[in-house]
Amino acid sequence: MGILLQVRDLKTYFYTDAGVVKAVDGVSYDLKEGETLGLVGESGCGKSVSALSILRLIANPPGKIVGGEIFFEGKDLLKISEKEIRNIRGNHIAMIFQEPMTSLNPVLTIGLQIGEALELHRNMNKKEAREEILRLLRMVGIPDPERRIGDYPHQFSGGMRQRVMIAMALSCNPKLLIADEPTTAVDVTIQAQLLEVVKELTSRLGTAVMLITHNLGVVARHVNRMAVMYAGRIVEQGPAAEVYAHPQHPYTIGLLASVPRLDKPRKERLVPIDGQPPNLILLPPGCSFMPRCSYRMEICSKERPELRPVGDGHFTACWANMER
Amino acid sequence: MADSRLQIEKPERKERGPVWDVFRRLSKRITAMMGLVIVVVFLLSALFAPLLAPHDPYEHSLADKLATPSWDYPLGRDELGRCILSRIIYGARISLLIGLIVISIGIFVGVPIGVVSAYFGGKVDFIVQRFVDTMLAFPGILLALLLIAMLGVGLHNVMIAVGISTIPIYARLARSSVLAIKSRQFVEAARSIGSSHLRIILQHLIPNSLSPIIVQSTLHMATAILWAAGLGFLGLGVSPPTAEWGAMLNGGRLYIRVAYHVATFPGLMIFVTVLGFNLLGDGLRDALDPRLKT
Amino acid sequence: MSGQYIIRRLLIMIPVLLGISLIIFTIVRVIPGDPAVVLAGPHATKDVVDQVRVQLGLDKHPVKQYLLFIGNIFKGDLGTSNRTGLPVTKEIMARLPNTLILAFASILVATVLGVTTGIIAGVKQNSKFDYLSMLVALFGLSMPVFWLGLMLMLLFSIKLGWFPSVGAESFKHLVLPAITLGANSTAIIARMTRSSMLEVIRLDYIRTARAKGLSEKVVISRHALKNALIPVVTVIGLQTGTLLGGAVLTEIVFAWPGIGRLLVEAILSRDYPIVQGVVLVVATMFIFVNLIVDILYSYLDPRIRYH
Repeated sequence: MGILLQVRDLKTYFYTDAGVVKAVDGVSYDLKEGETLGLVGESGCGKSVSALSILRLIANPPGKIVGGEIFFEGKDLLKISEKEIRNIRGNHIAMIFQEPMTSLNPVLTIGLQIGEALELHRNMNKKEAREEILRLLRMVGIPDPERRIGDYPHQFSGGMRQRVMIAMALSCNPKLLIADEPTTAVDVTIQAQLLEVVKELTSRLGTAVMLITHNLGVVARHVNRMAVMYAGRIVEQGPAAEVYAHPQHPYTIGLLASVPRLDKPRKERLVPIDGQPPNLILLPPGCSFMPRCSYRMEICSKERPELRPVGDGHFTACWANMER
Repeated sequence: MADSRLQIEKPERKERGPVWDVFRRLSKRITAMMGLVIVVVFLLSALFAPLLAPHDPYEHSLADKLATPSWDYPLGRDELGRCILSRIIYGARISLLIGLIVISIGIFVGVPIGVVSAYFGGKVDFIVQRFVDTMLAFPGILLALLLIAMLGVGLHNVMIAVGISTIPIYARLARSSVLAIKSRQFVEAARSIGSSHLRIILQHLIPNSLSPIIVQSTLHMATAILWAAGLGFLGLGVSPPTAEWGAMLNGGRLYIRVAYHVATFPGLMIFVTVLGFNLLGDGLRDALDPRLKT
Repeated sequence: MSGQYIIRRLLIMIPVLLGISLIIFTIVRVIPGDPAVVLAGPHATKDVVDQVRVQLGLDKHPVKQYLLFIGNIFKGDLGTSNRTGLPVTKEIMARLPNTLILAFASILVATVLGVTTGIIAGVKQNSKFDYLSMLVALFGLSMPVFWLGLMLMLLFSIKLGWFPSVGAESFKHLVLPAITLGANSTAIIARMTRSSMLEVIRLDYIRTARAKGLSEKVVISRHALKNALIPVVTVIGLQTGTLLGGAVLTEIVFAWPGIGRLLVEAILSRDYPIVQGVVLVVATMFIFVNLIVDILYSYLDPRIRYH
């Protein structure tokens, strides 16, 4: 499989009254064609910002992509023209957002909102677009699409709206689908269904998926590889099963200990990670996780650890050597 | 935006009390400062009119009527030969008086109505709100005109009429801010320890709904001055010799072809003063209520 | 669905109209002195006063009086002007078209200019255009209508001679009064449009629209504008009220023969039936304008239409 997306040393900062927020500070990863990558971390760790940076959807001001390269099919997305990136958006790379309640335009019918991309990127006329919209709605499992095509978002439940979002995102057969916490805002019972829809459709279409989540349960079931972010940086990445079985970074270990697992005895206690996520304006010079880390050593406060290999395709940014 | 939950902690700042804090935020904006300066100048000329005015505002000289600006009479003389500058300075007193009385009527009648309506809710609220709705259904200055028609022409009646027509605006404002804080914990706590209704209203609800009322009052000073000057212009306000901006403009209107300055300068004063209050009000809103910032 | 909504709005209007008539009725009758004497006018003979008393039922119970008052309104009888002796309805109808033309022209100017400026300023936030237009808007907001009218008259009719200064004979006569009356509303509409635009433009669905690859022009015109205009429509409706009030001043400045001038003349000559009639008519018009706005609103916002 070829490499679809290469992110190199991406830096996205926000310039606020209180100071510069280094939301994404030197992030690198690859994504192969058809692969599913999980980007994991607490809220505010920069995972959403790094995803939005790929499509250059960061609001400027206050945000700005200050450095790095994002190669998609050989082209650096940060260097191409506004017109070229618009041709990528929704066409080759599509996105699903967290809040199905607010991500759809309340005053336009869902048919129109799905059809827009079809008319723009696939040069369909109204009639062709209508047929395609009906097919897409059926594909994502919305009952009675002929009747619902003219409905407005507020007439749908949260789960149904997210299906509309999925239909919209997959309408132009993108090579990459970025799903930014697609299930966080919907009922637990609906979450699994939605993820199944995404998984089923993308594997049928051969679409690569970047799944952004804070939910490790989701990662375990749905992704091939995962990257764990903390304070604007990737602290650990590797094949999902490998990271899950042998976490190498104290933060990953903490994350795994704080969620219930099916592969461990039920008696084990769930342990929350102590402390608060760091202030991204005033990061300490060494390892950002150091203040909350139970493995900290002297070097941690002085020098920042870089990613280093610890196994086959498995990397961690930690000075400590964990048992395997 | 991108990730609204980014952790941003504001750097520690020395506490110097809320007034200083508002002033500090206000001073960040040039336009708000300009507004403050205009308002201060307006207040000073109202307070110290006898010291500032170069001439007696009522001393007339028909021989010099409509005289154009000169060193002695910087803004010229009016249709009766009176010093326009002096009359403008004295006019600030009337405008300030009108503004203060109008707002006092609005606040002292409207705010209690709104607070009581919101605090008790239910039927009381329903009836009061229908009444407020109906009063607000009168467009613009019309209710004031109707009241003046019935009360009779004159400065006092202008103030009462404009004051009464602002009551529903304050009532609504106070109601919405009380509704917003009514269910907060400190009010619940006060209620649970058995504080009386009056005590809760006076100690908790009114103080906590002050900022929108302060902002509204500043902006309303502008409207009150504008309306009162308009009514003065229509000849419904002060009786003739009194120096009032609207009435001065009305006097100068007839001579606009031969002596532009008689109508121009009083109008300019109204404009600048109203602008001052609007600038200050905008600034205060940003400083007092960061949520409204755009 | 939509029809039901309109019917419901119409039904809500009835109590408001009754409330307005009640307030006017009360204000006119609580004035000190004998209402019959007041309403008959300062120069009326005793016979005329008695006639008015019987006609308005002023010797009867207040509730009966009010019912009579309402009944007369429905019959189109607003009383008789005690200055000209003509029916109030006739006096008002003779002047109303002029005020409607003026108000319509002003709100048209204000809406077109205000909305356009607001959109550009909002889209290009912090640009030179934004700062300049918002400064001008603040000026417009602070401008006394009557002074602006005089200054426009001074410049454009007295100095430059482009437009006539007074009267209402032709389109040229309309230009200066319409600009004068519309200035305040233009400013308010521009400010409101801008802040509404700024608010909408950072919402999630705008990001969704951009993520689809739509051009900025389509994002603004199709996705942002309709949402941003929803609150603006309300403001425009409310502005017609301010405008109807401001018409009084504008009509005096430009000697425009509308009901605003009629009202002022009536106040100064204590012609109470005319005052009462004009206030009633203008307030009713304002309520109808807001009904139209509400209906328009439901077309812009499907969430209201379907509830």
